[in-house]
Amino acid sequence: MANTERTKHAITMDAVNKWYDDFQVLQDISLTVDHGEKLVICGPSGSGKSTVVRLLAGLETHQKGTIHVYDQPVDAQGRGDIGMVFQQFNLFPHLSVLDNLTLGPMRALGMPKLEARDRAMAYLERVRIPEQADKRPGQLSGGQQQRVAIARSLCMEPKLMLFDEPTSALDPEMIAEVLDVMEDLASDGMTMICVTHEMGFARRVADRVAFMDQGEIVEIAPPEIAFTAPKSARFAQFLDKILKH
Amino acid sequence: MIRTRLTLAILSLFALAACSAAPGIWGWYVIDPSTSSGWTNVKFLFRGFSSTIQISVLAAVASIIIGLIVALPAFAQNRWLRLPNRIYVEFVRAIPLLPMLFWVFYGLPVVLRSMGITLNIDPFWGAVITLALSDSAFTAEIFRSGIQAVPRGQAEAAQTIGLSRAQAMRYVILPQAVRRILPPLANQFIYIVKMSAFASVIGMEELTRRANELVVTEYRPLEIYTLLILEYLVLVLIISAGVRWLERKMNADESR
Repeated sequence: MANTERTKHAITMDAVNKWYDDFQVLQDISLTVDHGEKLVICGPSGSGKSTVVRLLAGLETHQKGTIHVYDQPVDAQGRGDIGMVFQQFNLFPHLSVLDNLTLGPMRALGMPKLEARDRAMAYLERVRIPEQADKRPGQLSGGQQQRVAIARSLCMEPKLMLFDEPTSALDPEMIAEVLDVMEDLASDGMTMICVTHEMGFARRVADRVAFMDQGEIVEIAPPEIAFTAPKSARFAQFLDKILKH
Repeated sequence: MIRTRLTLAILSLFALAACSAAPGIWGWYVIDPSTSSGWTNVKFLFRGFSSTIQISVLAAVASIIIGLIVALPAFAQNRWLRLPNRIYVEFVRAIPLLPMLFWVFYGLPVVLRSMGITLNIDPFWGAVITLALSDSAFTAEIFRSGIQAVPRGQAEAAQTIGLSRAQAMRYVILPQAVRRILPPLANQFIYIVKMSAFASVIGMEELTRRANELVVTEYRPLEIYTLLILEYLVLVLIISAGVRWLERKMNADESR
């Protein structure tokens, strides 16, 4: 459930607009996310849902509106404060799993090597693959790679974790192991924004589900309401397609 | 791979020997190491190796340094900052090697003198400078494409774990780009070795110049130029063996 003890929001997006040349990808996105809240964003492809998390991660810029994460603009965040997990994992193929994890703490935080290793091993335990520490990412399955990617972000001890379709590139039998790790993380109180079509995950974990279409947030509601009584026809249609199979 | 190349080299030598059996065409005596005059000639020709190798190595190193400097602006966000890179590459790439060699050897000292710098460029440095400049446009393109071939997601992931742009380049992008850069860079080295033959026209005593000089005195162009080609073949085979070794080593590293 949303953390209501503190008044300050984790994320505040106010009338954010973004264009690629003449094409408007985001239209007046306004959104607040509380501390410890789990927000799932879904919607058809091209709806702008990835763009929202990429903006929060500082990977894209917008033209109008304001974004604040913990009362600070995105480009004023501390190093690695906003963790991001990508659809394609984006692990560093030339480094071992352990080196993938220690790179951020050592170079961005200046942490001594041994301390960084301890931290990395702790998070590998957390994602349940400590035995893969010395392997290269290319030797792991997709599910294992994505769990390493999650651990790599956690090593920076971020205030906020963003997930951009983390299971979309995975074979079906590997989706569960990644979702398990994410649920575990969620139960720990991490503030999470997750772009996903895994509606079962959304039902179990999300405090709210946002439905985006054509650059707008069409609807945002707790999953038990959103899934059973969608207000808009677009969301109802979308759910119908997603849940059919 | 090396064994195949060696076999090819030996086979071509046998082919030459077979040709020499054809009466009246060949006069191998001119470079026959078993006779004293032949041996003197061979030694004269082989002494060209050191200049050819020195010119090539120095030019290659300079070309890599210039190429890296030229490639860097290509990664600027601003297109006007990228412009110097494009101008240099397009301009230098368009100049044929021989005219450039003449310009550097005969023209550059005049330009320098007008700027109050008295510097005589000898054939050796004339060749090194020309080869380095000419090759640097290609080296710059190799660096640029090698770095740009690393998927965007790598830089993005580096950013989200807090690395600065410079750190991302140093620890994430360059180590991956090197695998794509080294093989074509080594191929450019082969190109430099072969093009160093042009240094002969400004009087550099390298392999080709020595062959020319011997042809003038011995009047046996067929044999001497055949040996000259074999001399370059040996150099190139050694380099390409090195390239193969590098590629294998890097592939092994990748899958380790």
